[in-house]
Amino acid sequence: MRTTSEAPVAEPQPVSGPAGRPGGADRRAAASPPRAAAGVEIAALAHSFGELRVIERLELSVRPGEVLGLVGPSGCGKSTLLELVGGLREPRSGTITVGGQRGPKARLAGCAYMPQRDLLLPWLTAIDNAGLALRNRGARRAEARRAAHPLFERFGLAGFERARPPELSGGMRQRIAFLRTLLAGKPVVLLDEPFASLDAITRAEMQEWLAGALAAESRTAILVSHDVEEALYLSDRVAVLSARPATTVVELAAPTPRALPRRDAVTASAFTAARERALTALARGPR
Amino acid sequence: MSRPSPSRLRIWLPPLLIVAALIGLWELAARLDVLASALNIEPFLVPAPSDIAQSLWRDHALLADNGWVTLKEVLAGFALSIAAGTGFAVLLHLSPTLRRAVYPLLVASQTVPIVVVAPILVVWLGFGIGPKLAIIALICFFPITVNTLDGLGSVDPDLVKMMRSLDAGRWQTFRRVEAPTALPYFFSGAKIAVAVAVIGAVFGEWAGSSAGLGHLIQEASAQLQTARTFAAVVVLSTLAIVLFALLAALERRVAWWGPTRGRI
Repeated sequence: MRTTSEAPVAEPQPVSGPAGRPGGADRRAAASPPRAAAGVEIAALAHSFGELRVIERLELSVRPGEVLGLVGPSGCGKSTLLELVGGLREPRSGTITVGGQRGPKARLAGCAYMPQRDLLLPWLTAIDNAGLALRNRGARRAEARRAAHPLFERFGLAGFERARPPELSGGMRQRIAFLRTLLAGKPVVLLDEPFASLDAITRAEMQEWLAGALAAESRTAILVSHDVEEALYLSDRVAVLSARPATTVVELAAPTPRALPRRDAVTASAFTAARERALTALARGPR
Repeated sequence: MSRPSPSRLRIWLPPLLIVAALIGLWELAARLDVLASALNIEPFLVPAPSDIAQSLWRDHALLADNGWVTLKEVLAGFALSIAAGTGFAVLLHLSPTLRRAVYPLLVASQTVPIVVVAPILVVWLGFGIGPKLAIIALICFFPITVNTLDGLGSVDPDLVKMMRSLDAGRWQTFRRVEAPTALPYFFSGAKIAVAVAVIGAVFGEWAGSSAGLGHLIQEASAQLQTARTFAAVVVLSTLAIVLFALLAALERRVAWWGPTRGRI
């Protein structure tokens, strides 16, 4: 569940509770409830590839159930940051805790990572792709399908269970990739530019879809995006990162309450004001 | 994904026309003794395609018996090389140290001249099917190993990361991602292998045997029965083509996501 407690953000603005995210009102029970809501704490984080410093002095805190957007110039190490949080890499220095635990195993167990490309396995049907994590944990194919089935219904994919990935559109594929991430049943989902590969119209549709999906699921989420508008629309709070080595420039609370229809949300004056602040911060860089 | 497929006629007409034209030319050249006089040999040494067809008909029992012997050698040797080739590939994929150590040896194994080794293998393994299997396996496992190994190594690193994040262990990643990725590569190697397997069988039979198409070719050419020699070669090629086509059909069924999808 989302907490209503406030964390200090750079530009103080009320961050609301469950109603804050679009679609929050019609929240339904989570499909595969995560073991426990978990927050993410990043302190004094630094990472480099050889001589190349990618991340420096990074501090971030994500409350349980919160959606944090990360925006920054391309190549600033956002994807690396997600891999570090998800336990897929070990940082050079600093600490990352997921649900209060530090080790890479604990982070791997607490986070499900959704890569930029959908990476659906062409040899599996849509529903078997969605249930991949369950199968990896030893579930039978029929069990995994039973668990995935209700999510297909709920997220507008009914009838596509048996489709092969090459037969599906880009938007459909991303939806299935997201279901696959949800079905891993982890408290934290890490979304790496989930819609970067889609055309503008499909992307707008998918943002609306994801807003509803995130609202229906009580997950902590970190969403990397290069699109300020997308991040503000989908997140409770947006952290603007600097160019490499990445560090936090500013944190903005997304304007709330918002209407679910994306068009209404992104044209609201509070939204455009927040977008201007984010864009200014992006252009200004650190300090 | 699926393109409208051109009609069968349009696919098969060009190769059929070319083959027919070549056979026609050959028939003409043989009948008019053009080839024999150009090569300065007796005309009966240059069989016309019609002579070969006649031999195929007349000797069909002989060709079938010997073809069956060769087919058994090819199938058994090919099965052996699939087992050895995929086994090697998986082993070398799992252990980079082993790969560095053994890869040069694998390449070296292919530089061994089969014609020279074949008689030695006959001395060691006798006149039975043993040396034929050894020779076929020796030349067939290489394309299978190399292709399968390349396939296992071609897995998208992002996929491996995703699998780790979805709680996959080493075995799950191998089974659900690496093996299916490698499957089309394996088929590429197997298709090359099955074509050369037939050559391997012939070498094996030449080194010492009492039956088989290679044996028949050797015998017929020694007796200057050139039409029968060619007939045996036709049967041999047909064997290879049919085996290749069967593999390609199997590939389309079980590894349809591979790069050959949609090709003939």
